[in-house]
Amino acid sequence: MTEPNIPVTEDELHAYVDNELPAERRADVEAWLAAHPDDAARVQSWREMADTLHARYDSVVDEAVPKRLEIERLQRQPRRWVYGAVAATLMAFVAGGGAGWIARGAAATPSIVQSFTLDALDAHRLYVVEVRHPVEVPGSERDHLQQWLTRRCGWDVRAPELAGLKLVGGRLLPGPSGPASFLMYEGASGERFTIYTAKAKTEPTQMRYSVKGSDGALFWADRGVAYVVSGGNDRGRLTQVAQAVYDQMEKSGG
Amino acid sequence: MNAFRQSVEAMIPALRRYARALARDADIADDLVQDTLVRALRSERLFLGGDLRSWLYTILTNLNKNRRRSLARRPPLVPLLDNNADASGTEAESRDIERALSTLVEEQRSVLLLVVLEGMSYREVADIQGVPIGTVMSRLARARAHVRAMLEGERPALRRVK
Repeated sequence: MTEPNIPVTEDELHAYVDNELPAERRADVEAWLAAHPDDAARVQSWREMADTLHARYDSVVDEAVPKRLEIERLQRQPRRWVYGAVAATLMAFVAGGGAGWIARGAAATPSIVQSFTLDALDAHRLYVVEVRHPVEVPGSERDHLQQWLTRRCGWDVRAPELAGLKLVGGRLLPGPSGPASFLMYEGASGERFTIYTAKAKTEPTQMRYSVKGSDGALFWADRGVAYVVSGGNDRGRLTQVAQAVYDQMEKSGG
Repeated sequence: MNAFRQSVEAMIPALRRYARALARDADIADDLVQDTLVRALRSERLFLGGDLRSWLYTILTNLNKNRRRSLARRPPLVPLLDNNADASGTEAESRDIERALSTLVEEQRSVLLLVVLEGMSYREVADIQGVPIGTVMSRLARARAHVRAMLEGERPALRRVK
């Protein structure tokens, strides 16, 4: 065992472990480690640290990539980080034309339409990408879901039967002025629609269509309850779904 | 899908691993990856060849730095020192390494993970962090010393305080 002529530095020990050391210096470092047990113990501890890190985190590589990280999806629908909330607020303001709306009276002012629609679209975008926990109560417990939401929201919440769509389930959300009910439906090819309802102090309105990014929404109000049906940007299909929801709410008496 | 997007897609699992170790929380980690991908896809035309892998890691590292800056005014999350005796050896090791990582300074954690977990060269890490190689090496040395001390149950920073 020969002591190398030039002492081995701390940087060289790291470079040795990380395979960054020039090949001609390797033998020197190995000889040094054989003669310096403290350094050898440190090098050994760094190797164990690497093993522990890999043991803890390598399994992430084998996990299925979540839907929201699929390239195809991201190209269509960029996620809006914190700026999203600000942009959404601005958009609502600009679309509402600023102060001009205030003078128009309380009956179904566009600001109510805007705020409900934006809340509903935010909830829609937040939950439709969820694979494992899109809802709190699954559609298989339809009766329980309806009873629970009715009790919490204070009006008769019905999950309508929609042709070609299956009820995924629902959840309770904070709405603009009290609890809101949120129901999710899914079609054969995975397309999702949501129905967001909350109390609204507004006169009955016609349906209003809005589109934000790749999502579309239809708003209407009836008997003190506002409805927003959200889905993709296929306006024809969305209108069809919203019409079916509207018809069944009419029948059930709201 | 074009070649650029395919290359980006192929990097997603490794980016998720790095983000998970960097941010600890799985949802925050995937948020970081998602923002990284969105930014990369948006900048496709700005990417004129070069090392796609390093570029993606650079975006993610910077996004995490920004995220932490925006959280800087919140109280830091201090991990609970719950020494669960029932935890098996592997579980306990996982928990210890997570805790040790969480107490590292951001730049040191990033260097340690890029070198050790992602197998990057010192040169690549220097480019990602925008610092000289010497800085990368001193960050790496400090990170390793700190994590080792944590794993061995020492508190070097506290021991010398009277």
